[in-house]
Amino acid sequence: MSMKSSYRNFNLTNQTLDRRDFIKGVGATGALILAANWTWAQEEERKYGGEGMPGGTVEDPKVFVRINQDGTVAITCARSEMGQGIRTSLALVVADELEADWDYCRVEQAFGDQDLYGNQDTDGSRSMRHWFMPMRRCGAAARAMLEQAAAGQWKVAASEVRASRHKVVHQKSGREIGYGELAESAAKTPVPSGEAIKLKSPEDFRYIGREQTLNIDGMDMISGRATYGADLRFDDMLFAVVARPPVFGSVTESFDSSEALKVSGVKKVIEIEGKKAPSEFHPLGGIAVVATNTWAAIKGREALKIQWSASENDGYDSMSYRKAMEKAAENPGKRIRDVGDVDQAFAQAESKFSATYYMPHIAHAPMEPPAATALLKDGFLEIWAPSQAPQVTRQRVAERVGLPLEKTRVNVTLLGGGFGRKSKPDFVIEAAELAQQFPGRAVQVQWTREDDIHHDYLHTVSAERLEASFDADGNATGWLHRSVAPTILGIFAPDQMHQAGFELGMGFNNAPFDIPNMRMENPGIPVHVRVGWFRSVSNIPRAFAVQSFISELADKAGEDHKEFYLKLLGNNRQIDPRDMTDDWNHGENPVLYPVDIGRLRNVVDRTTREAGWGKMLPKGRGMGLAVHYSFVTYVAAVLEVEVLDGGTLIIHNATMAVDCGPQINPDRIRSQMEGSCVMGIGLATTGEISFAGGKAQQSNFHDYQVPRIPLAPKKIAIHLVDPGKEVELGGIGEPGVPPVAPALCNAIFAATGKRIRQLPIRDQLA
Amino acid sequence: MHSITLNGQAYELDVPGEMPLLWAIRDILGFTGTKFGCGISQCGACTMHLEGMPIRSCSTPVSAAAGKNVTTIEGIDDDPVGRQVQQAWMDVGVAQCGYCQCGQVMSATALLQRIPSPDDEDIDGFMSGNICRCGTYNRIRTAIHQAAAKIEEE
Repeated sequence: MSMKSSYRNFNLTNQTLDRRDFIKGVGATGALILAANWTWAQEEERKYGGEGMPGGTVEDPKVFVRINQDGTVAITCARSEMGQGIRTSLALVVADELEADWDYCRVEQAFGDQDLYGNQDTDGSRSMRHWFMPMRRCGAAARAMLEQAAAGQWKVAASEVRASRHKVVHQKSGREIGYGELAESAAKTPVPSGEAIKLKSPEDFRYIGREQTLNIDGMDMISGRATYGADLRFDDMLFAVVARPPVFGSVTESFDSSEALKVSGVKKVIEIEGKKAPSEFHPLGGIAVVATNTWAAIKGREALKIQWSASENDGYDSMSYRKAMEKAAENPGKRIRDVGDVDQAFAQAESKFSATYYMPHIAHAPMEPPAATALLKDGFLEIWAPSQAPQVTRQRVAERVGLPLEKTRVNVTLLGGGFGRKSKPDFVIEAAELAQQFPGRAVQVQWTREDDIHHDYLHTVSAERLEASFDADGNATGWLHRSVAPTILGIFAPDQMHQAGFELGMGFNNAPFDIPNMRMENPGIPVHVRVGWFRSVSNIPRAFAVQSFISELADKAGEDHKEFYLKLLGNNRQIDPRDMTDDWNHGENPVLYPVDIGRLRNVVDRTTREAGWGKMLPKGRGMGLAVHYSFVTYVAAVLEVEVLDGGTLIIHNATMAVDCGPQINPDRIRSQMEGSCVMGIGLATTGEISFAGGKAQQSNFHDYQVPRIPLAPKKIAIHLVDPGKEVELGGIGEPGVPPVAPALCNAIFAATGKRIRQLPIRDQLA
Repeated sequence: MHSITLNGQAYELDVPGEMPLLWAIRDILGFTGTKFGCGISQCGACTMHLEGMPIRSCSTPVSAAAGKNVTTIEGIDDDPVGRQVQQAWMDVGVAQCGYCQCGQVMSATALLQRIPSPDDEDIDGFMSGNICRCGTYNRIRTAIHQAAAKIEEE
């Protein structure tokens, strides 16, 4: 499968498109754009999982495995490493099936090439989910080739030999031969395919599912040897920073570079053209200062005099926008899901309760701000970038600089954090454009932290209004949820007012409660900034709202939160997401990936049991629970907090239970959950980007505060829940984030009686 | 011209005295182990040791380092404490994306050089200037305790 439509064909100007057609991909980078080619999607049978992504999957060992004559095995990783450990984990999968010794394995990073490697969009928590089986088959195929080669040398049947621990053994004769010696002949052996590939039995796994703390890049990372986006060094290279329009949609009207050019080290000042909304992944435009070192470029930029144009977004103001969102949430909106008759349920209710929850924009703020290096030499453009989507980056760069794809290469460095930001190659295109001006010299573009905070593809801002009704026996009879938030579609198409299927399917229309009358509505709201996907995306505000609301309902009813939640879930059953109008289902086959109430219940039971739910706590302390299903993984969290006089918050313990199906690399599952816990605490306590006059009001870590070590819970316990039956793989990178903020807010309520309906918490406890 | 000794080696830097040490070492001398994170001493990604003191090199001018000894992450394994910190980081599996971890290792080394057996409060206090966006803080605490125990054994 190749990319069949470019962004130029993307002409989604109205809402008449059936979501069913729109959601072919998984709503990210190339997938979203490809998905817009709906006529094509109708023509082919709908595919799910890895095969549903642009480029699909590849399992050819000649693409991913190279055995060297010295016995080392080089395994290519085509997914980007941003802290989730995928370079280690996917290589372990290959090594296990290959019967390779991990000590002799190396990992090489693929450049961006979808035709060669298959899909490379490292987002959506799907690297292991989509690539576990292809990489197993790849390793197993390579193992069969080694066995075939050995059997050929010994002139025995291949069935008589067996690969084991980096060598092939012929048990009958006691002969054995190492992988290195077999490398050359194995390479000439035909690649097996289909049923000829024999996978190992799980009980024979050496690395898959084992407890181990491995990180192929670990020592490089902590000794300064690892290469991130700004760590490339070339003779005579240049360094650039860019002054970008302070308001989205503004352009350069005029500029004076005379003072900038006087700064020692500044070589050239270059205008970069922006693209009006929808600007997709294109640069914002502005004025670049190119110098012999980063410091000179920064000083040169400070000396620029720039006149920016007015923008249609000059009036973007977070205070008034919030009012507009909350007003929209008070009124009926586009119906997304409608079960029974909510109006009648509300009219006949014994009691009703409603609440609105607000969450502001947040910035990804990866510790590595965007940075990329480009070199145009002899008509070939080579790029080194921390990219979550190198194949999309390559395509956009090639189009922008006017080179054929084969005259470009995008090498992927380590990512100093991604969280969704580095799926968008605007910063890489800047480097490519500047490199065009200096043939033969590498140019590195460095974003400062201020650039990063001001010009992020922000997490959306949202108002979630919930209303529920109860009969005289306390049974829930009605559920009305209105979600108002500017959509990610705004970067792809003009005049977008409503959320996409992939945003709705994040804990909104797929709320799996056993309530007879339910309605979900999405009132419209315009988009004024670049909204992008942030680790777990719309699941964050949904979990915050729904899980806080249920805690509030339990409190009103005088019931235990956990029991109340389980009652809302109803009997153990599997729900086809399509029956909840969720045709997206995180891109997965709804038959293989139903919403499983039993698995939700399991993570609730496990986390509450481990946390000691219900035990007596000292005054000022409280425990809060939240549960969320996202990226086809089930996560529950219990946080135990203490609020001191004056409002100081101490988070004593965090207990999380996760059911992600088969656990491939348990230590990495835990570390992703630990990190998600801390990130969730951060966005709950201090995360906010606000706008006034169209400009972001925060600029760096002093006013956009992210968690520091004292805010981390004294203890985080992660419990991996065995699903107890055969199920498909779930995601890991993102699903830990959503339940953390509501668990924290529910714990604060338990400790103090103070209900948080607006994030961040900041000084609400004072 | 400013003379500095970097990881035991003498260098001459022909740069303006106000250039932050971070950029001089990364862009002029080409040692990229030290990272840029914020530029205003908020995140600690750029932590180096100046005469054994942990400093934020993004906000320390080259002139302040003239004639002095600078240690960066590239030289920390010459220090027995630094080596134990690195080993503990590996054993505990601290690093996720790794970008902040050079700065974390530099700060943790400085901590253990001053307080050989820190408690959690010492750690939280000393390490609060180093941000990790991946949220590896609990493992950082564990690794520091582990390194402290190993150093005591020796």
